[in-house]
Amino acid sequence: METTSTLEKTLRLIALTLVVIFFMFPIFWIFLMSFQTNETILAIPPSVIFTPTLSNYAALITGKLTTAAGTLDIAFMRNLGNSIFLSVTSVALALVLGVPAAYAFARHKFKGSEDIAFTLLSFRFAPPLLVLLPLTQYFQWLGLSDTYFGLIWVYQLICLPLILWIVRGYFEDISADVEYAYRIAGHSWFATFRKIALPLAGPGIAAAGLLAFIFAWNNFVFALVLASADKQPVTVGALAFVTSSGIQYGQIASAIVLSVTPTLALALYAQRYLVEGLSLGAVKG
Amino acid sequence: MTTLRLKNIVKRYKTNTVLDNLSLDVADGETLVLFGPSGAGKTVLLRLVAGVIDPDEGQILIGGEDVADIDAEHRGIGMAFQNFALFPHMSAFDNIASPLTATSATKDAISAGVHKVAKLLKIDHVLSHHPKALSNGQKQRTALARALAGSPPLLLLDDPLRNVDAKLRFEMRLELPRLLAAQGATVVYVTQDYKEAMALGDRIAVMSQGRIRQIGTPEDIYNTPADIEIARLFGDPTINLLDVTPKAGPEGVHVELSNVKVALPGMPSGVVGKTCVIGLRPETIAFTDASAPGAIPVTVEAETPLNEKTVTLVLTARGREILVSRPAGTPGPVSGPAHIAVNGTAAFLFDKDSGGLIRSAATPMTRNGEAA
Repeated sequence: METTSTLEKTLRLIALTLVVIFFMFPIFWIFLMSFQTNETILAIPPSVIFTPTLSNYAALITGKLTTAAGTLDIAFMRNLGNSIFLSVTSVALALVLGVPAAYAFARHKFKGSEDIAFTLLSFRFAPPLLVLLPLTQYFQWLGLSDTYFGLIWVYQLICLPLILWIVRGYFEDISADVEYAYRIAGHSWFATFRKIALPLAGPGIAAAGLLAFIFAWNNFVFALVLASADKQPVTVGALAFVTSSGIQYGQIASAIVLSVTPTLALALYAQRYLVEGLSLGAVKG
Repeated sequence: MTTLRLKNIVKRYKTNTVLDNLSLDVADGETLVLFGPSGAGKTVLLRLVAGVIDPDEGQILIGGEDVADIDAEHRGIGMAFQNFALFPHMSAFDNIASPLTATSATKDAISAGVHKVAKLLKIDHVLSHHPKALSNGQKQRTALARALAGSPPLLLLDDPLRNVDAKLRFEMRLELPRLLAAQGATVVYVTQDYKEAMALGDRIAVMSQGRIRQIGTPEDIYNTPADIEIARLFGDPTINLLDVTPKAGPEGVHVELSNVKVALPGMPSGVVGKTCVIGLRPETIAFTDASAPGAIPVTVEAETPLNEKTVTLVLTARGREILVSRPAGTPGPVSGPAHIAVNGTAAFLFDKDSGGLIRSAATPMTRNGEAA
């Protein structure tokens, strides 16, 4: 071990603190804002000392937003429910479709397999706005606009390539010999997929699922254009706080806190699966 | 037990021909060792038999039946892999049980089967461990137990001792023949270690570049190597190979080493004047007195113990290196000038151009690879 001087330690601590403050401060500030009224938020100079209020959360949960111009109905809780439903369903569907596809791409090199895999990845290259206009017209023509089904379908553009490419890498990392050994022991290819490939790629599938969930959750533009108010997720619903009588900073802050919570909880929960090593001593070494 | 027959197997990867029109017969209950350097196609051959890859041409018959349309899981094969290929997320028990869970065996029958084979391989105390908690030797035994557990009629062992240390390899080399005999299966065993090949094989097939160069009993291969390369591969220390041109004399054909005549009794006179390579096993060369007939002067360069032997490197007057081997503990020169005697009847003669064997040694050998 190299020895570090006290000065070095102190400098390192200061540097780390600066980085943490830089990244964490906005989140911390939003957390504080969510317990303040618009008046204390907009006070100059800003202060961290204030009387906390739960009125922002109460307004979100009851759906009644009291502004200077009167009471407004907001559908935040419904938006939150939409977000959860859309993200969970989209990721579940993408996993069902993407994991077997990833396995096929990883294990079977058929004619054009690389081209197909690349095409799927290329969905992530194009900016969503590029496809949005034709997509809107197609959806109207097909009767899919403003349906959960249509939104989940579009969300596959986000989730499927992500899951396919991440999980494929994990499948490729599994020694083919391990799968051969199970086949030769007398099990069908499907049993091998289920009992060997899936458990060994488990951490990878969890990571890909989590990432896809975050991307789906954070999506804004597809839902803005393709869905009406009652099917919109929180990302779009947050626009409602920009009212005619001003911007409701307190409510926005509490909405952010509420909408970040599910993803954060999921990430924290999944973390221990993600760090679990893939290679568990299957081969020599 | 079953038979295995390969007919004109060809396997190519892109333009690279890995197996080149290879045919092979393995008899019922026989242990055939596939021996050869890496890249010879041994592992590919096993995988073709196992059914996890398909040949481009040719036929594979197991028990007389063409298995082209039979999937790997229905071929009734047990296989051990060089890298063990254990299932990392399953305990040793579940690993070994995997060929049994594929059948309709009851839980008790599976447990009994696993314990039986685990006991045989002395790993019954680590059955609850996952592979990462097993030592290398235990992993190797688990892999072997898994291959044996289903009592498959055909057993494919892909260099199972490659990745274990020398001590374990030695133990297993002694243990395996007994295990395989008890199993009664037809075995194809891949190895790069000639001692393993000698110890385990009823017959040895020497492979290189996708072809079988020679097939025969260990004694055949050791005593009648088909060419220089095979002679070099079988034997430790390796055979001495020296360029010579046989000459005719009143006592028959002879060669000259450091201007000393070494008679080659029984050698056809056709080889006279041809460029040849003489092969001398280190154990057929002995140190001798300067006054002895046929003594060749040499300089002792180095001496090293090799298991139960002492190997001495000597230089001839022309600077050619020769290895001399003698049983450990017997006296011999350690440095400086000395003399060696070469036994002409024990010499191999190869054609320098083709590498083919012209005449084999008359010295027989024993099962463990030593000259008798």
